[in-house]
Amino acid sequence: MQLVTPGIGLIFWQLVTFLIVLFLLAKFAWKPIMKALHEREASIEDALSAAERAKLEIQSLKADNEKLLAEARLERDRILKDASDAGNALVESAKNKANEEGARMIAQAREAIENEKRAAITEVKNMAATLSLEIAERILRKELSNPDAQQALAADYIREVTLN
Amino acid sequence: MKKLLVLLFSFLTIAAHAAEPAEGGEFKPGDMITHHIADDYSWHFADGVVLYLPVILVDNGEVNVFSSSNFYNEEHEIVPYNGYVMDHGHIYKANEAGEPIADYAGLYDISITKNVASMFVSVALMFFVFFGIAASYKKNQGKAPRGMQSFFEPIIIFIRDEIAKANIGPKYERYMPYLLTIFFFIWFNNLLGLMPGGANLTGNIAVTLVLATMTLLITVFSGNKSYWGHIFATPGVPVWLAPIMIPVELIGIITKPFSLMIRLFANITAGHIIILSLFSLIFIFQSVAVGPLSVAFATFMNFLELFVALLQAYIFTLLSAMYFGGAVEEHDHVGDLGHGDGAHH
Repeated sequence: MQLVTPGIGLIFWQLVTFLIVLFLLAKFAWKPIMKALHEREASIEDALSAAERAKLEIQSLKADNEKLLAEARLERDRILKDASDAGNALVESAKNKANEEGARMIAQAREAIENEKRAAITEVKNMAATLSLEIAERILRKELSNPDAQQALAADYIREVTLN
Repeated sequence: MKKLLVLLFSFLTIAAHAAEPAEGGEFKPGDMITHHIADDYSWHFADGVVLYLPVILVDNGEVNVFSSSNFYNEEHEIVPYNGYVMDHGHIYKANEAGEPIADYAGLYDISITKNVASMFVSVALMFFVFFGIAASYKKNQGKAPRGMQSFFEPIIIFIRDEIAKANIGPKYERYMPYLLTIFFFIWFNNLLGLMPGGANLTGNIAVTLVLATMTLLITVFSGNKSYWGHIFATPGVPVWLAPIMIPVELIGIITKPFSLMIRLFANITAGHIIILSLFSLIFIFQSVAVGPLSVAFATFMNFLELFVALLQAYIFTLLSAMYFGGAVEEHDHVGDLGHGDGAHH
């Protein structure tokens, strides 16, 4: 059948033409086209990666800034805390000192009062003893001027002694 | 090259003859369709507008070149010329009585037939388009594509990325010129074949035979060790099966491009036959009423054929790329089969 019988002429021309076309297109069309496509893709790729790099750089700068800011904030907080601590400590120590001083003074005063009191009591005791002796001497002198009274007293003493 | 073309085209003579010989009453759609899809020595653009193409005959080393119009006399009847005679679309050596000698040896017919002329047109078109595109790539280097460039660039990139890279792998670049050329060659010729008066080039088995043979040769010559290893010692197959496996694999080498040849030929020819059959209905029923229906169907078929034109170019290119990919692929999956010996590399 004619339809499925390849003709020699067409095979010949097809082969020759196709090889010429393949050669010419490969050399003068596909090569520059593929090269241009490749170059453009490479340049786009480069541009994209450069943009990406710039973005990363900006991000890192931003991160640096933020880090510095955070550090500064921390420093400030630390200084403020230190200052307030120092102030508090000062107040505390002053308070303590004042308390101590007060306590010491009170104790001293108390001691002095105690000493005074003790001295006064001693003096009062001494004075009372002296007065008692003088009173007793005067009473005895007056009582024992009478011999009966002396007798009665002696008897009393004896009675007391026996009772004991 | 240019001189050769000028020489060839100088043989072309446009003859505005009167109508074709009146068809003897009865319309034979089979003959009409066969005539339309077959090759011819003249190019009928329309009724009466005929381009007689040059006949080139190599007769036992002697080259005869003459216009095919010599085979027609004034009344447009076929006559023998210069010892040759045309019969049913073939040229034979004639005997004294002007009868064709069927078993004459040494006559090779390499005429510029309708298909060859159509191929030259498509080639000229391809040169025009792609040299133009290449020039514009040089002109606006690194810039966005323009005009024709922006139409063809996505197609070229598609062939590169989806066909070549996806199926061949890292060695794809070597095959790009061939893949691009067959894709556009087939596509352009498919489309030219759909034009009114166009030739059925890609629906001719000689053309698809050459294209498929190219794919076969490229596949075979780029086959690496593992490709041949798979054919002569298929991994994972016991040695005693080799007498069966080797012939099967060898037949497989041929059947792949053979299917390429038949697929393109059959698809394009079938499309032409369907459209022509639809038009034949008008003449078979001899009724104008069938006309609109036929035209509607034929229009639909034509749109389908426009799609098929692209699809067949794509399939031919894709399958070629897959065969090349199979030939250059480094097979590492021997161990993965689980029953191959690990040392087989």
